[in-house]
Amino acid sequence: MQELINKAKSLLESGEIVRVLGWRKGENDWDVEPAFFTTAEDLESNFVYNGFCGANLSKYMIEASRLDGKTLVFLKPCDSYSFNQLIKEHRIDREKAYIIGVGCKGKLKIENLGAEGILSVEGAGYPDCSEMLTVKTLYGDKQVAYKDAMLERCHVCKGKDHKIYDELIGESVDTCDSDRFAEIAKIEAMSPEEKFAFFQAELSKCIRCNACRNVCPACSCRKCVFDSTKFDSAQKANATSFEEKMFHIIRAFHVAGRCTDCGECSRVCPQGIPLHLFNRKFIKDINSLYGEYQAGADIDAAAPLTSFRTDDAEPGVGRR
Amino acid sequence: MPVNENWKPTIVAFCCNWCSYAGADLAGSSRLAYPADVKIIKVPCSCRVNPMFILRAFEKGADGVIMCGCHPGDCHYSTGNYYARRRMTLLFSMLDYLGVENGRTRVEWVSAAEGVKFSETMNSFVAKVRTLGPSVRLGDLRCKN
Amino acid sequence: MYRIAKADIPALLAAIAAKGELYLPVNTAGKTNFAPWSEDADVDLETLKTVRSGKDVFFPQSENLYSCHRTDGKLSVTAAELEDKNFVVFGMKACDVRGLAVLDKVFLSDPVDSYYAARRKHGTVVSLACSKPDTSCFCHCFGIDCAAPEGDVATWFAGEHLYWLPQSEKGESLTAAVSSLLESTDDAAVEDAKAAIRSIQEKLPLKDLSLEGWGAEAAKTKFDSPLWEQLYKPCLACGTCTFVCPTCQCYDIKDYNTGSGVQRMRCWDSCMYSDFTMMAHGNNRTSQMQRFRQRFMHKLAYFPANNDGMFSCVGCGRCVDKCPSHLNIVKVIKAFAKEGK
Repeated sequence: MQELINKAKSLLESGEIVRVLGWRKGENDWDVEPAFFTTAEDLESNFVYNGFCGANLSKYMIEASRLDGKTLVFLKPCDSYSFNQLIKEHRIDREKAYIIGVGCKGKLKIENLGAEGILSVEGAGYPDCSEMLTVKTLYGDKQVAYKDAMLERCHVCKGKDHKIYDELIGESVDTCDSDRFAEIAKIEAMSPEEKFAFFQAELSKCIRCNACRNVCPACSCRKCVFDSTKFDSAQKANATSFEEKMFHIIRAFHVAGRCTDCGECSRVCPQGIPLHLFNRKFIKDINSLYGEYQAGADIDAAAPLTSFRTDDAEPGVGRR
Repeated sequence: MPVNENWKPTIVAFCCNWCSYAGADLAGSSRLAYPADVKIIKVPCSCRVNPMFILRAFEKGADGVIMCGCHPGDCHYSTGNYYARRRMTLLFSMLDYLGVENGRTRVEWVSAAEGVKFSETMNSFVAKVRTLGPSVRLGDLRCKN
Repeated sequence: MYRIAKADIPALLAAIAAKGELYLPVNTAGKTNFAPWSEDADVDLETLKTVRSGKDVFFPQSENLYSCHRTDGKLSVTAAELEDKNFVVFGMKACDVRGLAVLDKVFLSDPVDSYYAARRKHGTVVSLACSKPDTSCFCHCFGIDCAAPEGDVATWFAGEHLYWLPQSEKGESLTAAVSSLLESTDDAAVEDAKAAIRSIQEKLPLKDLSLEGWGAEAAKTKFDSPLWEQLYKPCLACGTCTFVCPTCQCYDIKDYNTGSGVQRMRCWDSCMYSDFTMMAHGNNRTSQMQRFRQRFMHKLAYFPANNDGMFSCVGCGRCVDKCPSHLNIVKVIKAFAKEGK
């Protein structure tokens, strides 16, 4: 972490950059917030990079691209896909960014620690994060394996290579231990009744806080269709189960072919709805019908929903 | 679900101005029968059909939604229907994935000369939706009264 | 003081539900929220904080106000029926119960909100003491004691029993209705439970959080602080904090076109949203910094200014736990305390 701070300080001092986009220490180990830094003192006392820096900073670069001068941004491998995708969509300016790719050993979710009254989490600090976390709580200490507390997305990691960077700092550890599409395949194999019951239970929890939308790097419309005052359905509440489905289908559809599967939507959902199941279903279909495609991997690749082949599958393909 | 003999489904058909809408006209002028429960919405191209249109139709009480456009390769605007095809493929797959009965959505390519195909398509689609009964899984209860 | 064996709680809940609707924490797909009781509901009285507070029961996220219907060219207007049956909310925590007192200030003062008032009139609140307060809890800052919750009936888990203490007329009549299941006892076990909870309260990391400087006068002293500009930055403008909050009470009113008429409904609104309080002329607050400031100033300055110093925060800590960017009211309070202004 000190290496990141030192690098940022020297770049600030040299005048090459005017601000740093990174993560700021919170009150505890886990309540890290995305933040802009402009002084060496602030960086030295408040910058942090640890296992709880799950927040994808790419989206904040949309705002930073409108500011004067260059911004130093720290990107984890998965964040670099989102950054690339935003360049492709002309939402951010590559020239306004100095990118340091940071190593990643998997990111944690505080809820996954399965402990009550957590006071501190030892072993989540980078670069030497340990295999076992020691969780100190009001109700006694607890040992939790780092792997067991990781975010879902880290178990299906796309790889630890940065897709775009100016320089790389820090080592990564491969965290992928599950098949990315296994969950989707499991649901596909259910009967329509089971599928419906499963999604109904999940979506009935939705409080329409819009966190999944607002955190999504692909959701960068100036004005979202769901914020239109001419829209009949409420954008602030799910008055009926239809509105729950409408929002989540359309949210996922609007980012289909652009979603890099960064997993931020599932990370932020206060109700723990596995929102990635929607996005990943589209990715799985795109891969199987139109050829393997990873959004954000290659800026020049043709996007699946803005291209076609004359012999594409017909709608309803695969129906039994 | 046992379906009432007299129940008539509400069907929304999005039809491209340049082909299937004319196909519907031809079906009419040729006196080919198709159920009156099919509400046709004319669109300038099948590519105009946004996934939200399909969902909105269900919201407001449709029991089945069908989209008709020019045959692939025959789009008035050259390629519109190719894009529409990919979109609808993904959307329908998503609806199936959510457990919506898969007979409620369909895409057919119907040219201006295919009055017979139009009529047959609508008849078979309505018959299929009739077997499924009213749409419960995708629809807003407030619109049912 | 009464008590009932833990094993008999399902029978108690069934008995309460037999007399009217019963709302309580129910686990659905892994998360616990207040929901109506049913035979097969996965009742969860263990989870400290439901994701949404019990506020929903009295002030639902969306509710119909009236419907207009058109038949044969004639228009009819039907008002939504007010709650007229007694119901019980079981398992609200001390902070959530105090949250209702905050909502009462808004909805029961003139002009009275008849929908809310009817629910308050018919609702009986059974509170549950917090056996295991969490590190994000700071209810004591607002004079709330999670070891001795308010409510029509207060309950405690101690040993193998649930202890039950009616605290109001409504509470007495509920107690009478289920008296066959309860046995009289002294309050020794409850006193021990309270002592245990208070010993944990002493260890809470936020126990020294001070609200000094907040209150009515903060509207003048803190509004123009440059701190807001720094604090709001990571805010995603989502509504998580407002929708999990037991005291947020802003709502929007919308018309829904049913095809054959209109339903006028109201739903929760969030001051974090760009169209919050939007009017014909446009918007009052045009930047996210202003919206962010509004939320905290409302809770800690404007509300106390209008309600004899009562803050519209109860320290439940839900926003602390749930904010996607880890911003929260505690960080705001601490940031101002650090600056000393």
